[in-house]
Amino acid sequence: MAATKTPVLRCQHLGIQFGGLKAVDDFNLEIGESELVGLIGPNGAGKTTVFNLITGVYKPTEGSFYLNGVQMNGKKTHKIVHAGIARTFQNIRLFKKMTVIDNVKAAMLRELHYGMPQAILRTPKFWREEQAITERAKQLLAVVHLQGKENLEADNLPYGEQRRLEIARALATDMKLLLLDEPAAGMNPTETEELLEIIDYIRDEFKISVLLIEHDMSLVMKICERIQVLDFGTTIAAGTPEEVANSPKVIEAYLGKDNEVVEGI
Amino acid sequence: MTKQRKIAYLLNAVGVVVIFALLMALFAAGVFGTSTTYIQGICTTACYTVIMVASLNLVVGFMGEFSLGHAGFVSVGAYVSAIVSGALAGKGLSDLGLFLVAILAGGLAAGIMGVLVGIPALRLRGDYLAIVTMAFAEIIRVCFCNFSITGGGKTLSGILKLSTFPRAFWVMVVCVTFMYMFVRSKFGRTVQAIREDYIAASAAGINVTFYKVLTFAVSSFFAGIGGAIYAHYMTAMIPTNFNFNYSAELLSEVIIGGTGSLTGSIIGAVFLSALPEAMRQFATYRMLCYSVVLVLVMLFRPGGIFGRWEFSLTRVLGRLTHRRETAKKGA
Ligand SMILES: Nc1ncnc2c1ncn2[C@@H]1O[C@H](COP(=O)(O)OP(=O)(O)O)[C@@H](O)[C@H]1O
Ligand SMILES: [Mg+2]
Repeated sequence: MAATKTPVLRCQHLGIQFGGLKAVDDFNLEIGESELVGLIGPNGAGKTTVFNLITGVYKPTEGSFYLNGVQMNGKKTHKIVHAGIARTFQNIRLFKKMTVIDNVKAAMLRELHYGMPQAILRTPKFWREEQAITERAKQLLAVVHLQGKENLEADNLPYGEQRRLEIARALATDMKLLLLDEPAAGMNPTETEELLEIIDYIRDEFKISVLLIEHDMSLVMKICERIQVLDFGTTIAAGTPEEVANSPKVIEAYLGKDNEVVEGI
Repeated sequence: MTKQRKIAYLLNAVGVVVIFALLMALFAAGVFGTSTTYIQGICTTACYTVIMVASLNLVVGFMGEFSLGHAGFVSVGAYVSAIVSGALAGKGLSDLGLFLVAILAGGLAAGIMGVLVGIPALRLRGDYLAIVTMAFAEIIRVCFCNFSITGGGKTLSGILKLSTFPRAFWVMVVCVTFMYMFVRSKFGRTVQAIREDYIAASAAGINVTFYKVLTFAVSSFFAGIGGAIYAHYMTAMIPTNFNFNYSAELLSEVIIGGTGSLTGSIIGAVFLSALPEAMRQFATYRMLCYSVVLVLVMLFRPGGIFGRWEFSLTRVLGRLTHRRETAKKGA
């Protein structure tokens, strides 16, 4: 599979410690081109921390990670984004008081080469480049089914659309690897279905790899080719959905706890 | 759309010229009688105050960081420009040339200061900028009090009277246009994204520190220009003119006008520079009035009088043509 070619993402013994707590420990993962990999685990297992590590929000205290064979640890977040990793957030982080289209355009800075003099004098180059990113931003909004909402304030979108806008903003960075942190959280079944279609479409259309964190086991089982399961920061299982679902450790750690939670509610 | 924009730009330009011509005609006709010079002075004051307030709004409104030391950058512009114009006087430059060189020097000096202060302060998250700028303004004031070239704590007088009303007016127009274009470009969009959520901004590939420092430097540059006009209008100044009160005054004008609205800054600055002059006999109550107004604004319009609203002829024209089109369709 991904063994022969350089994987898009490779994490080797990645780990981070907060005080005495090993939030993530010895995390190993390879993602090949156009692969869709799921990362699951109970609450507090360290999934979001993995995202924060490979986007440079936290610096790993152990191990390293590579994008297309290039080592990335220690680099600043925006540098990692430029190299090709983009993400969404578990707790939506949009530019709330900006318009929907400006949220997307803000992520296209690298496509704008005009300098301050050209911006001040409104030269043809300024208009040409701004026009170009406006067009592309509109296309990306159409991809996530947000056409016609360009000029609304991001804050005014319903929850599900805000999540999709975050995906459009991530796409705007022109990445190779998309990290989605619980993109279906808080969505109803119809919205989730729409989201899955969008993720599928994006993967085919943009030829990118996706790493997906999801709480809903059935959803991950349905769309991911491979799944990795975290519990208390360590990997307790990895493999195809069937393998993972039948792993006794997973059933105990994840499903067991989840059932308790369900009962609790 | 493009045509509409051109029309809007043209109308804006015409509007500015008309305002200028009107004021000049009023002055020339001697409508204000003996107080013509006095009124002209208030107008000049309004012009440089607009530049100072609008530039502070870049930081406070658009970038969302508090600066409590804007007067420090104003003073750098004021002193540097005064020294430059003093050194270049009588070297064959015309008055206008001297004026332009002096304000540019003042702006650049303040801009460089902005970079130096901004780099350490803006790398950190939180309210560090407020503290660092306040400290900077105090330090620079003490420096100006001790350097002999800046008067050594005494009044620095004999600065050339180069800031006439027309010059101040046109420099203001250029500066405000510059800031408006800055805000309405990738620079403004980026810095607003940072204001909204710096974590998301860096996840969108934005170099947060770079754009913050850049914006801060631009803001400081214009503060310096404002200070330079001030110096060449007052012709004499003392470092205590640029104390914390002055920074606070500028900040309150930003907040009253509306954080994130250059229109608000312009109207706020014009109004608030005219007001104390009009009520000179109540001068002692000036800061009190400010505080009351500030509290009222905070209570009833927390976003400032204009909020983030921006005057835009393009939008007005767009709406008008839209109405006409819908009317046509209806018929
Ligand atoms: N910045 C931090 N400082 C200290 N502890 C943290 C920090 N970030 C995450 N953690 C801890 O790491 C663990 C994993 O958190 P997280 O990755 O958010 O879990 P999840 O799998 O639910 O996304 C939790 O126990 C959390 O409290
Ligand atoms: Mg999480």
